[in-house]
Amino acid sequence: MKKSGIKWHVVVFLAPALLVYTAIMIFPLFNTLRLALYTETDQVRHFVGLDNFRTLFGNAHWSGQFWNALGNNMWFFFIHMIVQHPIGIALAAILSHPRLRFAALYRTAIFVPTILSFVIVGFAWKLILSPIWGITPDMLKAVGLGWLYAPYLGKEEYALTTLALISVWQFVGIPMMLIYAALLSIPEEVLEAGEVDGITGFSAFWKIKLPLILPSIGIISILTFVGNFNAFDLIYTTQGALAGPAYSTDILGTFMYRTFFGFQLQLGDPHMGSAIASGMFGIILIGVCIYLFGIQTRLRRYQF
Amino acid sequence: MSNARANPFNSIAVHVALLTYTAIALFPVFVILINSFKSRKAIFRDPLALPDGDTFTLIGYQTVMKQGDFFLYFQNSMIVTVATLFFVLLFGAMAAFALAEYRFKGNLLLGLYLALGIMIPIRIGTVAILEMMVASGLVNTLWALILVYTAQGLPLAVFILSEFMRQVSDDLKNAGRIDGLSEYTIFFRLVLPLVRPAMATVAVFNMIPIWNDLWFPLILAPAEETKTLTLGSQVFIGQFVTDWNAVLSALSMAILPVMILYVIFSRQLIRGITSGAVK
Repeated sequence: MKKSGIKWHVVVFLAPALLVYTAIMIFPLFNTLRLALYTETDQVRHFVGLDNFRTLFGNAHWSGQFWNALGNNMWFFFIHMIVQHPIGIALAAILSHPRLRFAALYRTAIFVPTILSFVIVGFAWKLILSPIWGITPDMLKAVGLGWLYAPYLGKEEYALTTLALISVWQFVGIPMMLIYAALLSIPEEVLEAGEVDGITGFSAFWKIKLPLILPSIGIISILTFVGNFNAFDLIYTTQGALAGPAYSTDILGTFMYRTFFGFQLQLGDPHMGSAIASGMFGIILIGVCIYLFGIQTRLRRYQF
Repeated sequence: MSNARANPFNSIAVHVALLTYTAIALFPVFVILINSFKSRKAIFRDPLALPDGDTFTLIGYQTVMKQGDFFLYFQNSMIVTVATLFFVLLFGAMAAFALAEYRFKGNLLLGLYLALGIMIPIRIGTVAILEMMVASGLVNTLWALILVYTAQGLPLAVFILSEFMRQVSDDLKNAGRIDGLSEYTIFFRLVLPLVRPAMATVAVFNMIPIWNDLWFPLILAPAEETKTLTLGSQVFIGQFVTDWNAVLSALSMAILPVMILYVIFSRQLIRGITSGAVK
């Protein structure tokens, strides 16, 4: 056994991963935060301190867009929380039913949308909801609900909610799987003990199973939060970089892309883009901290 | 639940509920696929009908083949995905082994440092990544994408793999050391084969997001020669919005490879998720 000196094999094992990770992920992350403090005039970059943030929050044109995007993002996340979680939990609860036939088949089929790209999902739903093709209005008419139809993606008041629901449709497979796994890990004895005390059926679910799967629900919530606050693809695919109609579906990801790359007449501004990215970083950091220190530590984990 | 088990009515209700949701999940894919084989008139006249002798046509696919270079896009996606998986697995396993096997100063700290990347999305650093890729001349090369996805995949890979490497028996490794094997041989010959299931899980977890990503191909490699299938179909469909046959065929062609991968790996993927590897 060597007692002193550098163990070279440890260095060799660690170096490639650390190098790539540091150079491509951590360094650019901090460099982006730094670039937010600069601006460019006549192709010369110079330090301006917090001016970009002052513009972002102080200038009515910018701050209006920022708060709009942030508010939309919050709504997007809210829809996920109130729709995706209940559906995911319900599906998982049904699937974990002992002696259910074809469970594996259902699981595989329901997970299919999750593996498709946003491009496929976005265009597919755009076509299906399109008033030109008429699939949705015809189907609604067939069940006597024709009056419910509106060009959902083209109306300011519905577009964002519709997109959030499409995103829920796509990702419900993940909460379903994670909660399904959590439900399976609950030992029979616990449920039997409940049965002896007369707790069965729905009350067994509410009183025994739900408290036991809370940690999983917490993990799913934070994964959804991080995913939603750097979402971009779905909105870009269906509504374009302008996140129409009238910016009603603009979220932080599309706002940053537009600012960074420019669109139509507005020139791209990497420094303002960095400022928005810094804002997103802050929001995600706050969310993750709330989860790690505020929620996760309070959720009791049960070891069986 | 024991009451429900015995009740046949409940079990019918359960299947009705599951079938309904399965239909909702598969409906859009189904509609796209059947209509991609139909003539334009039939697409609009009866969107839910299956193609038959009169309405069957491959015109959409012909347009796609003529206008878009889907084989090139597919090849690019394939190269990026496979190369990234190779680097993520190799570098990830090496780092995981070092963290799990050796005690050295800063071990815990390095682990935490790598774990940072699990929660923080790499997209936040896009502005600086693009600047770096421009400076190094990697823009519009597949290497730009491979590097970014490798950096993105490593944190979770190290995390999952080191959990598994801790379970590899010490006796085995020490026996190897007594036989005079080098640390490298121990890693490649003894440990790697034992964590193969975990490597498969990591591979499947990484594969789908890389294949489906639109953001980085759009920003780092939008040139015609380096378009991935996801970006390629996005651009193609954007240009052919009014040609419904072409759009539906392009969508179907984009769905196909993912579905094939899913059919091959679904068991691995589902087992990976349900075994708690992501907790």
